[in-house]
Amino acid sequence: MSQKNRLGGGLIDRNQPLSFTFDGKSYSGFAGDTLASALLANGVRLMGRSFKYHRPRGVFSAGSEEPNALVELRGGARREPNSRATVAELYDGLQARSQNHFPSLTFDVLAINDRLSAFLAAGFYYKTFMWPSAFWEKVYEPAIRRAAGLGRLSTEEDPDVYDKGFRHCDLLVIGAGPSGLAAALTAGRAGADVILADEDFMPGGRLLADAGLLSDQTADSWIGKVRGELASLPNVRVMPRTTIFGMYDHGTFGAIERAADHLSEPPADKPRQILWRIYAKRALLAAGATERPIGFENNDRPGIMLAGAMRAFANRWAVTAAKDVVIFTNNDDGHRTARDLAAKGVRISALVDCRADAPASADFEVLKGAEVVDSRGRLGLKSVKVRLQGGSTREIACGALGVAGGWNPNVHLTCHKRGRPAWDAAISAFVPDPNVDPLLRAAGAAAGIFSTHGALQSGMQGAIDALADLGRRAGPIPLPTAEDAPVNVAPFWHVTGGKGRAWLDLQNDVTIKDIRLAHQEGFKSVEHVKRYTTLGMATDQGKTANIGALAIIAELEGKSLPEVGTTIFRPPYTPVTIGAFAGRSRGKEFRPRRLTPSHKWAEEQGAIFVEAGNWMRAQWFPLDGETHWRQSVDREVLAVRKSVGICDVTTLGKIDVQGADAAEFLNHIYCNGFAKLPVGKTRYGLMLREDGMAMDDGTAARLAEDHFIVTTTTANAVSVFRHMEFCRQCLWPGLDVQLISTTEAWAQFAVAGPNSRKLLQKIVDPAHDISNEAFPYMACGEITICGGLRARLFRISFSGELAYEIAVPARYGDALIRRLMDAGEEFDVVPYGTEALSVLRIEKGHAAGNELNGQSTAAMLGMGRMVSQTKDSIGRILAGRPHLIREDDYRLVGLVPVKPEDTLLSGAHLMTVGEAAIAQNDQGWVTSAAYSPHLKSSIGLAFLKSGDKRHGEVIRVVNPLGGSEFDATVSSPHFIDPEGERLRV
Amino acid sequence: MIINHPLLGPRDAQEFVYLGDARLIDRPDTMSETALDDFHAYLYLRDNPAGSHRELWYHEQGDRSWLVVTRDTTTHEILHVELASDYAKQRGRDR
Repeated sequence: MSQKNRLGGGLIDRNQPLSFTFDGKSYSGFAGDTLASALLANGVRLMGRSFKYHRPRGVFSAGSEEPNALVELRGGARREPNSRATVAELYDGLQARSQNHFPSLTFDVLAINDRLSAFLAAGFYYKTFMWPSAFWEKVYEPAIRRAAGLGRLSTEEDPDVYDKGFRHCDLLVIGAGPSGLAAALTAGRAGADVILADEDFMPGGRLLADAGLLSDQTADSWIGKVRGELASLPNVRVMPRTTIFGMYDHGTFGAIERAADHLSEPPADKPRQILWRIYAKRALLAAGATERPIGFENNDRPGIMLAGAMRAFANRWAVTAAKDVVIFTNNDDGHRTARDLAAKGVRISALVDCRADAPASADFEVLKGAEVVDSRGRLGLKSVKVRLQGGSTREIACGALGVAGGWNPNVHLTCHKRGRPAWDAAISAFVPDPNVDPLLRAAGAAAGIFSTHGALQSGMQGAIDALADLGRRAGPIPLPTAEDAPVNVAPFWHVTGGKGRAWLDLQNDVTIKDIRLAHQEGFKSVEHVKRYTTLGMATDQGKTANIGALAIIAELEGKSLPEVGTTIFRPPYTPVTIGAFAGRSRGKEFRPRRLTPSHKWAEEQGAIFVEAGNWMRAQWFPLDGETHWRQSVDREVLAVRKSVGICDVTTLGKIDVQGADAAEFLNHIYCNGFAKLPVGKTRYGLMLREDGMAMDDGTAARLAEDHFIVTTTTANAVSVFRHMEFCRQCLWPGLDVQLISTTEAWAQFAVAGPNSRKLLQKIVDPAHDISNEAFPYMACGEITICGGLRARLFRISFSGELAYEIAVPARYGDALIRRLMDAGEEFDVVPYGTEALSVLRIEKGHAAGNELNGQSTAAMLGMGRMVSQTKDSIGRILAGRPHLIREDDYRLVGLVPVKPEDTLLSGAHLMTVGEAAIAQNDQGWVTSAAYSPHLKSSIGLAFLKSGDKRHGEVIRVVNPLGGSEFDATVSSPHFIDPEGERLRV
Repeated sequence: MIINHPLLGPRDAQEFVYLGDARLIDRPDTMSETALDDFHAYLYLRDNPAGSHRELWYHEQGDRSWLVVTRDTTTHEILHVELASDYAKQRGRDR
């Protein structure tokens, strides 16, 4: 297909033709094109429909600020909505589709919204769709979402990989235009570590877009030389296709490198994008400037675009939007565009300059003191209406209109750390806050220095100054001779007198009228106007829209622009794919997966696993023929109570506490006493938070006078260790005590049941007597097993049976579980999982995570008397607050349904029989529930008001969510062996 | 953010866990007659300064030091970093 709008020259490679499709139709372009330039070359002006009114829209800019030409790129799982055609690098086979229309781009039934615009003004959804309120979620919102929206997300999983990386440098140069190149070269020659990042795929910035900026050489040749030299310097890293999207604290910058977006798919094993965290000692913002439009009626038609963009399309991409063009300007830069276009053979039908003293031209007609006031052409511009200096109007036919309203420095990054831009009247634009972070300087157009000479010089000087901060000297370097034209601009934001709509924010369909309406309704601050009208939101964040709106607010408020101020710019500068923030942390890699030492063995047994924090724990071990989990769990529970079972409890936190003052330290962190615990004994310990609430429980085993092993719950292993370090370093720094977490170092198994001792005696070396007399309940010690392997043995029980926990170095964990299972064969040993563990502890009435949920006191848990009043421990004082020690507070109780067919569920609430089931009558709640195969009944643990005095009472168990209500009998929480005799045999 | 660890040099804030006001080091005397009120104030009444603030950071993904970091809450400038154990000892804490 012919590229009817392709001009001569340009920086495209005509030897590399590329084919692509747009809305299913094939077109051709060249290497070096963007999707936007290639579409324009093929005469395609209409590229999408607007957000709210479904107005036909075309490309508006030539860069990352694009509000209009948003397309769906690629297809299938790689479909990316809202991609800016102006920065989508063309590759062979590229597929793009226009978005936000039905049934087609040229005929969109939702364009009816444009006729209904009177009802769709700013804040319409707050006003129109208020009643009935139930309609909002089900009717209004889905309908509005369908009508007002952008592209469609692919709902398939992203097949590509995203990476993260970290880089460090002395100087980060942001932007590779004339100032950025000069800065990088200056710093690079001085030997500094330099990163030069540029969002474009080709370095040069404005030098690529404008003709004749350098006078002693061509821009191409200078860029080529600089590029070559930078590539040769080992201390300089050039990062093309990389946007610095945010500045964070202490010289940290966020960067997104689009490593493979310019390919149809990334090379095998290579990431599509890389999120870089760059640590820079100094940074230079050389991000250039963005042109701003001028408001007039119907200024949103395809073919109406920024004049500078037209110039860039012509010079860099050898493309014009149309053969005949009108330029509308308030400054000299519009004349540069007209000259460059004319030099490329484009007909300039007129240059409309609102200034009465505009310079004349020999090449085209200049209409001084004139304004473009309206336009025609439904799917593309056909003509503009010009109001001449005298007030008469003239219709001028044209296929494209370039609007030049002056340039705004890209100050965004200087605002990310709360810098507020300052108004520079000489260029009628906001420039960077002079008091912004001293790490960051600005140069060139980003600093409001618009001439090429100024850009080159300020880039070099910026690098010299930045390196001087670091105590490094950089010499001046020779730079090309360049144009040094002054800025000559008359502030002019929009034409007046029109009755129709003039667009400010093309992406969100916000018009000048909307701003006036918002102001009339009391939304006067810029931040309020932004949120009420949506001006400056969405993917472009109003890069081309904000300043025009500020000017209107200033007019309405009777203030100057700097008095009105800007909204705060926040990261990211341009959109960043969420996939890049996720990086490799997705699917199974979302978080670490920790395996217990017996994991491989458990897998061999066909265990069902459950996530417990980061750990995978065996939940139960089904046998052949067991079809329901309850069959397996009931069997495991009964086997433990009858003979012996084994459970991997490695996941419990283990903290080694050593030092002369170790016992005193434990006295501080546990509410009960540890100073008098003899060597060779273990004690249950309850830790409180300083506010008096129970934090965690576990055991501390004293292996030596100065050596304890503290265990924590699986869930709190990290936070308890952190808390203990806080106590050690911040509260009692004079104690001689050291801590280390040994959770991963030891494999630990619970061996529980009446035959547990007999089983262990088969593997414990004969030198160690573990008879009841020599190794009684709560004993602990260092032993050897299996002929010399060092191990630790603790006679502690979570199940209520005679039980031990045995620990060996983690690498022997797999061997130990196999040895224990072999040795236990004669006792019909079973492995048991976390479900059976839970049933066993509920039967025994032991508190666990459901009871230790951060809202329970020691008294609630039935351990109020454990809180020692004779020593200084964490939480002791505030645990004594009157409301926490009320006699009628909640107490842990057991529950058994009166009718065996009823099933307790945790979360159900308790009501006194005869009282209404309402919140005011609430007596407590069920914390844990299980089926007890031992009692052949559903049982539960619960917190009940004055529960310790209500054993035997029948109470209502109410579960409004599940719709159940039944009676249960209150009991002691200890369903099994309340005297603890089994533990001591 | 970057925290200049007194033993390890500059480290990224991602390696740390934040706790809060360093006044948590000034734990009241549990034996005092006013202990209940003292602990209430200690645990619940905090200043929220716009400006210089001493706070506790824990180098969990590092050497497990608790640090006292003096940070300007309005600019995030870090003015001083020291080991919490040293700071606690200066404040008279011992055993």
